[in-house]
Amino acid sequence: MAVAATRERPIRGRSLGSFSWDRFTPFFLIAPSIVLIAIFVYAFIGYTAFISTTKWYGIAPDYTSAGLTEYIDLFGLPRFQADVSNTIEFTILFLIACILLGFGSAVLLDQHVRGTIFFQNIFLFPLAISFVVTGTVWRWIFNPNFGINLLLEDVHLDFLKSPWLADTRTALYGLVIAAAWQMSGFCMAMFLAGLRAIPDELREAARVDGASEGRIFLRVILPLMRPITLSAIIILGHISLKIFDLVYVMTFGGPGYATDMPSLYMWVAVFRQNLYGRGAAIAMVLLIMVALLIVPYLVWSLRSEDER
Amino acid sequence: MSSKWTRRQFVKTTGTAAGALVLGGAFAEFLAACASSSPTTSGSGSLEIFSWWTAGGEADGLAEMFKIYQQKYPGVKIVNAAVAGGAGSNAKAVLATRMQGGKPPDSFQVHAGQELISTWVKADKMEPITSIWNSEGWDSVIPKDLKTIVSKGSDVWSVPVNVHRGNALWVNLAKAGSSITPGTGNNLDAFLSALGKAKSAGIQAPLALGSKGNWQVTMLLENNIVAVGGAEFYRGLFNGKSGWTDNNVKSALTYIKSMLNYVNSDHTTIDWDQAAGRVQAGTSVGTIMGDWAKGYFTANNWKPDTDFTGIASPGTEKTYMIVCDTFGLPKGAPDRDNAINWIKVCGSEAGQAAFNPKKGSIPARTDVPASIFDSIAQKFIAEFKTDSLTPSIAHGSAAPEAFASGVNDEMGQFVQKKDVNASASNIAKLADQYLK
Amino acid sequence: MSTAAAVARSPFRPARLITYALLLLVAAFYLLPIYVIAVTAFKSFIEVSHTTPWQLPSAPSIDAFGNAFTTLAPSFFNSVLLVVPATLLSALLGSLNGYVLSKWRFRGADLVFTLLLFGMFIPYQSILLPLVLVLQKIQLYGGIPGLILTHVVYGIPITTLIFRNYYAAVPTEVIEAARIDGASVLGIYRHVLLPISMPGFVVVLIWQFTSIWNEFLFAVTLTLPDQWPITVALNGLAGSLLAHYEIQMAGALLTALPPLVIYIVLGRYFIRGLLAGALKG
Repeated sequence: MAVAATRERPIRGRSLGSFSWDRFTPFFLIAPSIVLIAIFVYAFIGYTAFISTTKWYGIAPDYTSAGLTEYIDLFGLPRFQADVSNTIEFTILFLIACILLGFGSAVLLDQHVRGTIFFQNIFLFPLAISFVVTGTVWRWIFNPNFGINLLLEDVHLDFLKSPWLADTRTALYGLVIAAAWQMSGFCMAMFLAGLRAIPDELREAARVDGASEGRIFLRVILPLMRPITLSAIIILGHISLKIFDLVYVMTFGGPGYATDMPSLYMWVAVFRQNLYGRGAAIAMVLLIMVALLIVPYLVWSLRSEDER
Repeated sequence: MSSKWTRRQFVKTTGTAAGALVLGGAFAEFLAACASSSPTTSGSGSLEIFSWWTAGGEADGLAEMFKIYQQKYPGVKIVNAAVAGGAGSNAKAVLATRMQGGKPPDSFQVHAGQELISTWVKADKMEPITSIWNSEGWDSVIPKDLKTIVSKGSDVWSVPVNVHRGNALWVNLAKAGSSITPGTGNNLDAFLSALGKAKSAGIQAPLALGSKGNWQVTMLLENNIVAVGGAEFYRGLFNGKSGWTDNNVKSALTYIKSMLNYVNSDHTTIDWDQAAGRVQAGTSVGTIMGDWAKGYFTANNWKPDTDFTGIASPGTEKTYMIVCDTFGLPKGAPDRDNAINWIKVCGSEAGQAAFNPKKGSIPARTDVPASIFDSIAQKFIAEFKTDSLTPSIAHGSAAPEAFASGVNDEMGQFVQKKDVNASASNIAKLADQYLK
Repeated sequence: MSTAAAVARSPFRPARLITYALLLLVAAFYLLPIYVIAVTAFKSFIEVSHTTPWQLPSAPSIDAFGNAFTTLAPSFFNSVLLVVPATLLSALLGSLNGYVLSKWRFRGADLVFTLLLFGMFIPYQSILLPLVLVLQKIQLYGGIPGLILTHVVYGIPITTLIFRNYYAAVPTEVIEAARIDGASVLGIYRHVLLPISMPGFVVVLIWQFTSIWNEFLFAVTLTLPDQWPITVALNGLAGSLLAHYEIQMAGALLTALPPLVIYIVLGRYFIRGLLAGALKG
């Protein structure tokens, strides 16, 4: 009996033809969320979009229209160009690192080893530490003269040494490692919940049929992880696009623009430079990037659930 | 109809009741606060002071001023709304949101000059304090150049509480050869050659630099411009009399480029305090930084003029680069009278005498007895009276922050690419955009 | 007990050893920075230096913890008052939304889901001002209740996402069966889904508790000083000019304790096979 996750056909109502207000319960349940999101997200996005077309510079609002000048200026700025490429590179690396580390740890923990709970909590602990302190500590660790390079020398792994945060070519990797350290524990939790939700009967049935552990893993377990991977990608993606505190404390975008991110630049533009128009434009560009990348992925994923 | 409550109903009702209690309580407090608005001699109501002085000597200094205020007005409740973040980054964000949202504090800390003028004054959010300035007689004790920095037109907009010096060189006396100690030819060329000698004597990185955030390099730029072009030329950059395309700017950049040959390789990953740490450890001989570096050394048990000393940064003798904290009066301050009294305390001799020794700065008033300060501060106090005063770019006095931030970015690029012409031209473009 | 578990019993099979070795390696990676944080927290101000992050303190002291505690303690209660309602409410909303969106395929359900999710990506710095203005209009600016509302609203997308995908794994037949038995929409939720929702709640509670507990931007902007949560006090430990890293680190360890307790308590609920009971036939 197939129990795999499926996109269901609509649940038929009661077959006994009597009218009931209960039909509308789903709408009432979801309505508060729709209203709240409509106001606090979409109305605000509209506001931000409007501001991005103004000349607002300074504390006092200035709604004179500037058309698309902010956007045009933005893409001509070396800092913003670096931001866009940094955020794409960071997101890809961060996603890969977290999912590999998270899923890998979950698989390891699912092996019924002694001390699972202990390891589980160690892997989750970084999530609880404030970004500010995470940034400070990793800044020290990635100092080329005093941090992890010293340890690597001690264990004769000198070839792994790197200028880390002191060099524009390697600084971003430092940021990725620090961010993955903080977030992969949550990925692990998600995958672990998913792995634990797979009924033993499924694995048993496959074993009885003569499948090896490896094939069970590839053919039974991995496909069931797809919805969780979708969630993980979306969650990690949104963290990556909005990453701020970690960058602020660890590098403040440096050296040069090597680790600068749009949300850091947005913060500087709005709260340091009082360039509200520019800040809003950066926010809109971020949202458009999301709309172009994440949304199609989401839609594709939802559709392919349908087909299974 | 069952009279028994379901769990959901119970939770909903108690939740609403609790919510109503909280909101009602808050509303009641609000009413009470409104009622107590008539000033008495002991004062009443509250005083909310916004700053970024949350820890260490700064918090101690602020606490001293609160003490003085409380003694004079025991009936006032002081609310310390300090929000930390280097140079007020978080505080400014919160402040902006509050001011725009119509809930200003009673007074807030702000750097003297453009940080206040081109942000808050321009947006019409401040009340001038000219009448307070005159009634307290500050003209006779606060230098005229400083008053100019905090004024626009004929109005004064904030009262300076302290003065930090941005153009200072701090040296490890044990390590510094005779060529870097005070009294010798104070100019950039001599400095560079002294650094060279230190390097050949075995000190890898004699000049300590922490450039995370890039503003520290902007400080090098402004100090060097003064060294190369003089205080008048520097001031002229902000009132149109000098041009950013002048060779002085390029020369200042070139000197930075030479200095970079003597700095620690990890400078982009550390901040000014860790650079000062290098000086204390002896791995560097000196660092160019504002006089808050002195606070670092003394907090780490070093004695002024015994273990370390501070002099004007190379080539900038007779100039005092101002980094100055001030307090102003926002429009619509909830307790206006208390706020005005606070401004008076800030500008008073007692207030500044209590605040500055703890903060590590020197008073803006010239009549505070110098004996309560350490030897380096005493030297600076004497120099402050006669030096030419220049406003700092990096610390919000000389130019709007849009310009300062842009320069920081450009200096971050300069440190990597070392292209004097490109950076000079980019800075000139920023000047065209934001300084006109 | 499944035969797989029985087979894997022996602790010394090579596969087992490799598993342990890998786990220890990963654990070392996660513990390395924690070591630095802990070691720094026990040092004195003068001893702390970025040049010696790995060194053990020469004269370990708990002064930093004492300092941090006195600064953090007053706002602790504010944070608790914030996190508990906000987490529970947003988890409940997410669960209900996830239920509706995964089991009740009304026209446009996918569109609603996509629109809800897109809301996750809005950068908070850019909406601070309108948020403050709206909260002022409804009299919730300046205190914890407004912050609770904010976190509940901005938590809706992620909690909905997690629950929706979790419930998607529950077979429709189960729901249909309950329907035919005469259960109402809410009844199905209460009697069928809620009992097996624990792992979903665990993940959501871990996430929301941590995010809201450690969140700084809204905390500092939307509340007035007397209601500041603990993150603002923690930030204040940093100081603006002279950084006391040891107090900062001690403070970070202290503020990390409540979430850690939550992880330990909730971690027990990663139980295998909760969905097994939902299968029929």
